[in-house]
Amino acid sequence: MNSVLITIAVLAALGCLLAVILYFVSQKFKVYEDPKIAEVEAELPGANCGGCGFPGCHGLAEALAKADDISAIGCPVGGAAVMAKIATILGKEAGSAEPKIAVARCSASCSTRIKVTEYDGAQSCAIAASHFSSETGCAFACLGHGDCVKACKFDAISIDPEKGVVVDEEKCVACGACAKACPKNVIEIRAKGRAVQGKNRRVWVNCVNKDKGPVAMKACKSACIACGKCAKVCKFNAIVIENNVAYIDYTKCKACGLCLNECPTHALQATFPAPPKPAPKPAAEAPVVPPVQSDVKPADKAE
Amino acid sequence: MDKLTIAPSPHVHGHDSVKRNMYGVLIALVPALAASLWFFGLGALKVILISVISCVLFEFLIQKFLFKTKPTISDGSAAVTGLILAFNLPSELDWWIVVVGALFAIGVCKMTFGGLGQNIVNPAIAGRVFLLVSFPAQMTTWPAPAGVDGYTGATPLGLLKAGAISQLPSSSDLLMGSVGGSLGEVSAIALLIGLVILLAMRVITWHIPVSIIATMALFAAFFHYGICEIHYADPLFHILTGGALLGAIFMATDYVTSPMTKNGMLIYGFGIGLITMLIRCFGAYPEGMSFAILIMNIVTPLINKYTRPNRFGVK
Amino acid sequence: MLKTFSIGGIHPEENKLSAASPIQALPVPAEVKIPLAQHIGAPAQPCVEVGAKVKVGQLIAKAGGFVSANVHSSVSGTVKKIEEFVDANGMKKMAIVITVEGDEWEETIDRSADIVRDIKLEPKEIIAKISEMGLVGMGGATFPTHVKLAVPEGQKCEALVINGVECEPYLTSDHRAMLERPEEILMGVKILMKALQIDKAYIGIENNKPDAIAKLTELAKNYPGVTVQPLKLKYPQGGEKQLIDACMGRQVPSGKLPINVGAVVQNVGTALAVYEAVQKNKPLIERIVCVTGKPLAKPSNFLVRIGTPVSACIEAAGGIPEDCGKVIGGGPMMGRAMIHTDVPVIKGTSGILLMNKKESKRPEIANCIRCAKCVNVCPMGLEPYLLSKLSAKEMLDEAQGHSIMDCIECGSCNFTCPSNRPLLDYIRLGKGKVGAILRAKAAAAKAAAEKK
Repeated sequence: MNSVLITIAVLAALGCLLAVILYFVSQKFKVYEDPKIAEVEAELPGANCGGCGFPGCHGLAEALAKADDISAIGCPVGGAAVMAKIATILGKEAGSAEPKIAVARCSASCSTRIKVTEYDGAQSCAIAASHFSSETGCAFACLGHGDCVKACKFDAISIDPEKGVVVDEEKCVACGACAKACPKNVIEIRAKGRAVQGKNRRVWVNCVNKDKGPVAMKACKSACIACGKCAKVCKFNAIVIENNVAYIDYTKCKACGLCLNECPTHALQATFPAPPKPAPKPAAEAPVVPPVQSDVKPADKAE
Repeated sequence: MDKLTIAPSPHVHGHDSVKRNMYGVLIALVPALAASLWFFGLGALKVILISVISCVLFEFLIQKFLFKTKPTISDGSAAVTGLILAFNLPSELDWWIVVVGALFAIGVCKMTFGGLGQNIVNPAIAGRVFLLVSFPAQMTTWPAPAGVDGYTGATPLGLLKAGAISQLPSSSDLLMGSVGGSLGEVSAIALLIGLVILLAMRVITWHIPVSIIATMALFAAFFHYGICEIHYADPLFHILTGGALLGAIFMATDYVTSPMTKNGMLIYGFGIGLITMLIRCFGAYPEGMSFAILIMNIVTPLINKYTRPNRFGVK
Repeated sequence: MLKTFSIGGIHPEENKLSAASPIQALPVPAEVKIPLAQHIGAPAQPCVEVGAKVKVGQLIAKAGGFVSANVHSSVSGTVKKIEEFVDANGMKKMAIVITVEGDEWEETIDRSADIVRDIKLEPKEIIAKISEMGLVGMGGATFPTHVKLAVPEGQKCEALVINGVECEPYLTSDHRAMLERPEEILMGVKILMKALQIDKAYIGIENNKPDAIAKLTELAKNYPGVTVQPLKLKYPQGGEKQLIDACMGRQVPSGKLPINVGAVVQNVGTALAVYEAVQKNKPLIERIVCVTGKPLAKPSNFLVRIGTPVSACIEAAGGIPEDCGKVIGGGPMMGRAMIHTDVPVIKGTSGILLMNKKESKRPEIANCIRCAKCVNVCPMGLEPYLLSKLSAKEMLDEAQGHSIMDCIECGSCNFTCPSNRPLLDYIRLGKGKVGAILRAKAAAAKAAAEKK
């Protein structure tokens, strides 16, 4: 019994002594940090995705606390809501960044692109891309081994055998990890588009093939062949044809959908149905305004 | 000719496989299996069958219903775990104790870490040690082998610990295996045949078994010839008794939990030999092989960190 | 005891199917496609116009820098076009397409079979000649030969090591060359020794080619300083560092070149080409290509003009079989799988290997069981299991710390892995990334130094 008591007493005394030492050491070597950094960090999502361009959420919090003007930096994940809260904590003005989303510019399905070879190496796009162009005739296309899926920390990307890379609009925070991971640069971070009836409207060219029309067409039935029809019909000059492929500038595009009916290869993709085709009228008449356009137009004018 | 296959080099493979290695271990265990059936009869067969079947079944169920992946029981690794676990148990052990041991080995020590290749300790040994500390009475009741008088046969190491030096079996009995003990550990000659098979099939290299046995022999020789011939047994006795050979040949050489480099393997073997002998000579338990292997399993990542292979161009 | 390298190594099945088949000259095709980039370094710049008439051996593209090589026409005819083509990896490359008309050679080329023994040129002139004739390493790495022969200031070459090992399974082109043209190879060695101003050379040959060892040993008696070194069969003995270790017992330190231990390594094919270039004035316009593989009807060794389509070579060896699953440019351990066969034979095409469908598929991947077999076979003493994991997890600093840049990509780890893990795939990826970081750092340091 006695030995038990002695043991308890010795250990308790030792514990107290060490606690006191620890306390003084922690006081002596304390690193001062702006308490606001901790406050800001508490508001951030804590995913450490790096989408803001800083090393993790703590890095962003530091940068936010330090910067005089925080309008240029922000958390793409938390979006405007989080940035507004942070702005009040810091007493600074938050920028008004447009919400964005990752968009895969390749349909990647085997139904439109015929496989000419079979890849049998490690399941990684980066490895496949460093060895050869593609399993299909298109050297620019999505390889489909899922480096973007692995890179996404938000479980927002999946690969569908029919539709190719599918981005979950609810989950995607546009951190850009997938775009960085893609060795073919198929994924682009684009504006989410204006919400109409609860749905974001955006249009993009679902192809990055820089080959000349006939070559591209041979490799993939839904390739952009750079015919320029979409660019001609666009009233906002949002579509440019460069390097044998069309590109829609999302800062100019109003998502009217006029181009959708023009594309001969269905390389254009939109999150909304194409407007009904204009009835065959004399071409000289004013362009027909599709019905969906009507609920967009007022908003345009209001800007 | 249709689609050509594209893959990074190399384009040929040596046809080695997990299966080949695991079945190699099973083949090497056959002599010991035969010896255990010879000495312990149907009681041994019962324990072996229950252990192997429950290990394979638990792995299958966990992979199928918890991991929801394709079960890989055909690679033979669960069967090896089951057989080695059985070899570490006394015959006539209650069936449910064997099942509990198998569940602990596969369920807790292997699958919780992610299955094959991910575990940090050898599942069979962990299962055995778990049973030893949970059911000490049942685990140390050794039915006598065939051809030996008496109802229970104490293990030679148990006799040594109890100080019954005069009752120690002869070296030839130890070599053949007509002594008390766990199922698979009694017959030294059968285990040595297994070692030859493993080396011939290139499943293992000599480094681990040899370093364990050499360390044990040196340790025993020092105490036997240097300190006291009566109190400490001679080196041959220590090598042939208990789990020394089974552990050195089949359990310590488990790929997953042993070091990656030759130097690391020698250090690892030395550690096992030393700890085993310390427990045998100075510890409370008569046998220490399982504990020694478990301890060195845990040290393996550290050994890996500090023993690097000899680099080309670095002298 | 035969000599070999000291660390690791594997023993793949040899499968030297075409070892007994003599070298045959392949007929000149109707059209050749000669790529401008057939070597490591800058692509060559074309110096002929579309429509120009060219002769065999005429210069058609000039080296695009110091680390680059001249390209000569391998046929006589008209330049049809200079355009992009899709190479064996699916990448676009520039090539000169020539329509063949007759077979008219440049007059300066000595086409006789006589052995010219008198070396008239001085060392500097020999290297200039080699550079002019567009020679590159014939073993497959295609490093321009004249660059390798230019010993940097402050370093001393002591011995020339000739690679007659041909450690890749299946390939036999070097073996056949050693059997059929031994005198020319030895003359090439003598020329290289003169160019390097040394009097010692080793010819390393593995003991699975006893006939070649016997023949060269016999003839080498007339060449003072040349030692034929029989070597124990082990892959990757043909690796530069391994070969120097095996022949000279010296290990090239990490990140250094063979010249740091006083060695220059050349392939036997290169030695042959050196002889032809220096003594016969013949540019590198043809090479020995081994066309082989289990599904092929007639595995053969061909003397092929550069620019001949690979498909024509396969046709001559019995045609593409129905069961063909993979076509590899080079050997099975380090060669590259081709996406189509409509590509030209280039200076580095040491072999064309066909595999049947069953051989072409990799076995199923299992978990790593940490058996350490990859560690045991790595000829560089690395830890492939660790490096591949570090690369997959993008832990590049750690990978660099574990010497990922020392990997020679021999594939021994993949070959031996019982779990069939794609170890080298990931190591190569990591190596590329670490290499890019190192180059960027070096460039930044250089820029900073220049600013000062």
